[in-house]
Amino acid sequence: MKQLVILSGKGGTGKTSVAAAFAHLAANGNAAILVDADVDAANLELLLAPEVLESHEFGGGQVAVINEVSCEGCGICKDVCRFDAVHEADGVFRADPIACDGCAACVYQCPEHSIHMQPQMAGHWYRSTTRFGPMFHAALRPAQENSGKLVTMVKQQARLLAMDESYDLVLVDGPPGIGCPVISAVAGADLALIVAEPTASGTHDMRRALQTTVHFRVPAMVCINKSDLYHLGSDEIEAYCRTEGIPVAGKIPFDPSVTEAIVQGQPVTVFRPRAPASEALRDLWERVNSELMEGDLDHA
Amino acid sequence: MVIAVASGKGGTGKTTVATSLALALAESGRQVAYLDCDVEAPNAHLFLRPALDNYKQVDLLIPEVDSDVCTGRGVCAEACQFHAIVTLGGKTLVFPELCHGCGSCTLVCPEKAITEIPKSLGHLESGRVNGGMFFAHGVLDIGEPMAVPVISQLKDWQSFPQSTISIVDSPPGASCPVVESLRGADYVLLITEPTPFGLHDLRLAVQLTQELNIPAGVIVNRDGIGDDGVDIYCRESNVPILMRVPFDRELGANLAQGKTLVAVAPEYKQRFTDLYSHIKAILDDSGSRG
Repeated sequence: MKQLVILSGKGGTGKTSVAAAFAHLAANGNAAILVDADVDAANLELLLAPEVLESHEFGGGQVAVINEVSCEGCGICKDVCRFDAVHEADGVFRADPIACDGCAACVYQCPEHSIHMQPQMAGHWYRSTTRFGPMFHAALRPAQENSGKLVTMVKQQARLLAMDESYDLVLVDGPPGIGCPVISAVAGADLALIVAEPTASGTHDMRRALQTTVHFRVPAMVCINKSDLYHLGSDEIEAYCRTEGIPVAGKIPFDPSVTEAIVQGQPVTVFRPRAPASEALRDLWERVNSELMEGDLDHA
Repeated sequence: MVIAVASGKGGTGKTTVATSLALALAESGRQVAYLDCDVEAPNAHLFLRPALDNYKQVDLLIPEVDSDVCTGRGVCAEACQFHAIVTLGGKTLVFPELCHGCGSCTLVCPEKAITEIPKSLGHLESGRVNGGMFFAHGVLDIGEPMAVPVISQLKDWQSFPQSTISIVDSPPGASCPVVESLRGADYVLLITEPTPFGLHDLRLAVQLTQELNIPAGVIVNRDGIGDDGVDIYCRESNVPILMRVPFDRELGANLAQGKTLVAVAPEYKQRFTDLYSHIKAILDDSGSRG
């Protein structure tokens, strides 16, 4: 079983449109399990229309709650808190659940034992079925922490099912950025596909995404989305990838069919199979899939 | 005043709006400070081209255990909520990548065997744009999961006179790095695009601003692509649409080269100063009533 993660660094470069097309194209050959690891802003479901089979609460972390009755107002909790989460008004100390990191330092330091930790319901994760295969996805409630843990949770569930039922591929639609949820999404991947945009920001953030995959020793390929938007930018990405020895697996031209497919709630390869973007996505999938299944992936 | 520019979905044009709003206000003679809080993917410097001449390292304080003093009782491991310090066979081990730097283990250790040592998370840089507008951004180290301390240190790094307008360029999403970026903002501009993706993530962003109790308005970028879902949602939930930036492929190609919206289309200078006046009126009005 192989694991492919789709990343970008910069948001909005087209990760989810690529992932949805891959889900469709993979269904023709190897059976894939789909994972939406962008738990902050999960959009893959808008293109794959999953039917939810199981819904589970995700506990996430805990937050400190100060008992106003037994609190003597010494303020030690406020002094030890490094997250600026304890506030005093008119002698009453309160912990701000949004700022609280859940470290419990105040619980251990309170001389009156007036603080306890309260579990938070941070979101849900789902096991679903789509016409392209099983899907694991999640929804983190706004303002919640632990998105990395939730990403790890949905990926674990996908891997377990993949091993139980002998699936060849786990396809992970990753979050933007390079921080905590991205690191959880990259962990254990056999290949990362970075969807880059030929813009000043897109090129800059692609480099940071590639540095992240190198750091975690996950081999990477790049695809350039909206490649004809700015040719010099596209050339710059190709030159950078050549220097770094990263294969450019494909280029997707700017194509309004991609947005139309989003409005219709379909992968573009289903919505308009002959559209220029769909042709490019099929070529891209072939290259990525053959690298995954047959390629000599370099974990150096 | 602090105006944060945020969005649920990435790539909707946060930096495009934030940089041009800041430039328009600076050109109109106002004191402006720009804080790029998207420390995982900081891009505003590519458009504003500040002369960065100030640098600060951002560290997290992580525990170091003196094995000569440690008796291996595991009090620290019990207190740590993140499994970043554990006791195995009488030995105490630290896992720096799991540590949140809360200091709880140091405080609870009965033998005072723990000292705290700095571990790099990233760095901050600041400078001026064309000798005027203040600019600062944070850059998270590669492979480092924790963006929040870099953002909070960036926001606390330098202080500004009351009259300064701070423009906070937030990361995408709706979880902890966004919360940290938005903390203390007077108003949030939510940038979206008129597609089902844009709408889905706008709803989350609106919920977040409501939870944080910060007033928010919407800017629809790439107006004309997609559908009318965002318009309907905004109308039904009483979220004002303050501006629309029509989709224009030529404009997109110019932004791709690192040009700003106000440089490519100077009529936006007036639109952005008007937008600021509008936000100020909304806040003054709610302030006088509240």
